[in-house]
Amino acid sequence: MNAYWQCFSGIVLREWLRFVLQRTRFLSALVRPLLWLLVFAAGFRAALGIAIIEPYDTYIPYEVYIIPGLACMILLFNGMQGSLSMVYDREMGSMRVLLTSPLPRTFLLCSKLLATSLISLLQVYAFLAIAWAYGVQPPALGLLIALPALLLVALMLSALGLLLSNAIRQLENFAGVMNFVIFPLFFLSSALYPLWKMREASEWLYGLCALNPFTHAVELVRFALYERFNPLALAVCIGLTLLFALLAVLTFNPQHAALRKAG
Amino acid sequence: MNTLEVSELSFAYGARQALSQVSFNLGPGRFAALLGPNGAGKSTLIALLTRLYDLQRGDIRVGGHSLRSAPRSALRQLGVVFQQSTLDLDLSVEQNLRYHAALHGLSRRQSTIRIDAELNRQALTERRRERVRELNGGHRRRVEIARALLHEPRLLLLDEASVGLDPASRLALNQHLRSLCREQRISVLWTTHLLDEVQPSDDLLILHQGRLVASGQADALSQEHGGDLGSAFSRLTTAGVRP
Repeated sequence: MNAYWQCFSGIVLREWLRFVLQRTRFLSALVRPLLWLLVFAAGFRAALGIAIIEPYDTYIPYEVYIIPGLACMILLFNGMQGSLSMVYDREMGSMRVLLTSPLPRTFLLCSKLLATSLISLLQVYAFLAIAWAYGVQPPALGLLIALPALLLVALMLSALGLLLSNAIRQLENFAGVMNFVIFPLFFLSSALYPLWKMREASEWLYGLCALNPFTHAVELVRFALYERFNPLALAVCIGLTLLFALLAVLTFNPQHAALRKAG
Repeated sequence: MNTLEVSELSFAYGARQALSQVSFNLGPGRFAALLGPNGAGKSTLIALLTRLYDLQRGDIRVGGHSLRSAPRSALRQLGVVFQQSTLDLDLSVEQNLRYHAALHGLSRRQSTIRIDAELNRQALTERRRERVRELNGGHRRRVEIARALLHEPRLLLLDEASVGLDPASRLALNQHLRSLCREQRISVLWTTHLLDEVQPSDDLLILHQGRLVASGQADALSQEHGGDLGSAFSRLTTAGVRP
């Protein structure tokens, strides 16, 4: 058991050191959600009125509405980027070193997903701290309750990223992932607008949004931030995290990539 | 007992056969050079030895443990230096080594003892806190060798490890590996395309078109196939291989 703990803590420590040493990467990951918050939300506020909806008790400005979606956006980008780099690395880079460990491959992959997810949380909380200074201040207890929700979402999105990278060779460049995964997941969700607004616009778009796992991720975090429990979102996120992780581990095989290349 | 036993190993990428019926053994403390032109199947063999690819046919035993039936025990006996550097450039020498020790489940105390010993052996103790990015190519290779030896493997596998090194660093690396074989009884499998890195007493394995076309002691093979290693290699790897 001790060997497993040593291995896991070693993987987490490495991700932490890389995070600390690559400050520019950390800052650039914060720029994207901050632009949405400080520019997009400011401009969009007048166009979109938010009615009283759960979990909020009163009318809220648009900046308040958008925060959970932007927190999840950080996790979405990190999850996809992290998993893509795992695929890129597996033939020649650090992934090869990871795979020479005598511990089971499933354990190594799950440790890696968990380690990158934990580091992503630091970015999310840095963003929430800036948002707090900007005036978007969820309850302090909510920030604590949101921690496990954010971790679950980070794991779900990392596992999804790894699964997609295993399955679809065309996703090996990030532009493809942006266009075919990140943007559809983000825009077809409740991150930027409540689903009832979407329903007014189009019933079938609303249907897509309601089915989108990212919608459930955002709602789980939104409810947690305001000290509310959303059992449906939690059940969907737990179920999909387990499913994605299981499929990602089962389909992770560098040999498949080599065989595809040859074939 | 042999440190490495490769038996009847075959591997195909779809319809293309990359390795066919490759078999060889490597005894304790032996230095074996694996030679072959581009496309001979060396990279595939390395990918199979390091369990990046799953075995299709045949078996590999490291320290008596089968990669097929006991992969974890086999990997414990194996240290690897890959062709392309796999060090984290932004991390220090010691941080890189600690990460590797953790991957092998060594406790912090064990890691400290092993890291001290390997850095001392590689004459890198003074550099332990430097970032890898600040080291030259020769020193980076030595860090990778220290890393590969941290968990005290019986087999050290080096894939074109001298590529990119200046002649002095290449020579030093070569001599260092031979001293490991002599003093620690570690077996070394060294893939290369540089014939001057092979010594007469080395075991020699020559791959060509996925088949092991020659194996034996380098001086004996040279005599048998043309007098010197260069002409023997060229004779063995220019002829077509019988299907």
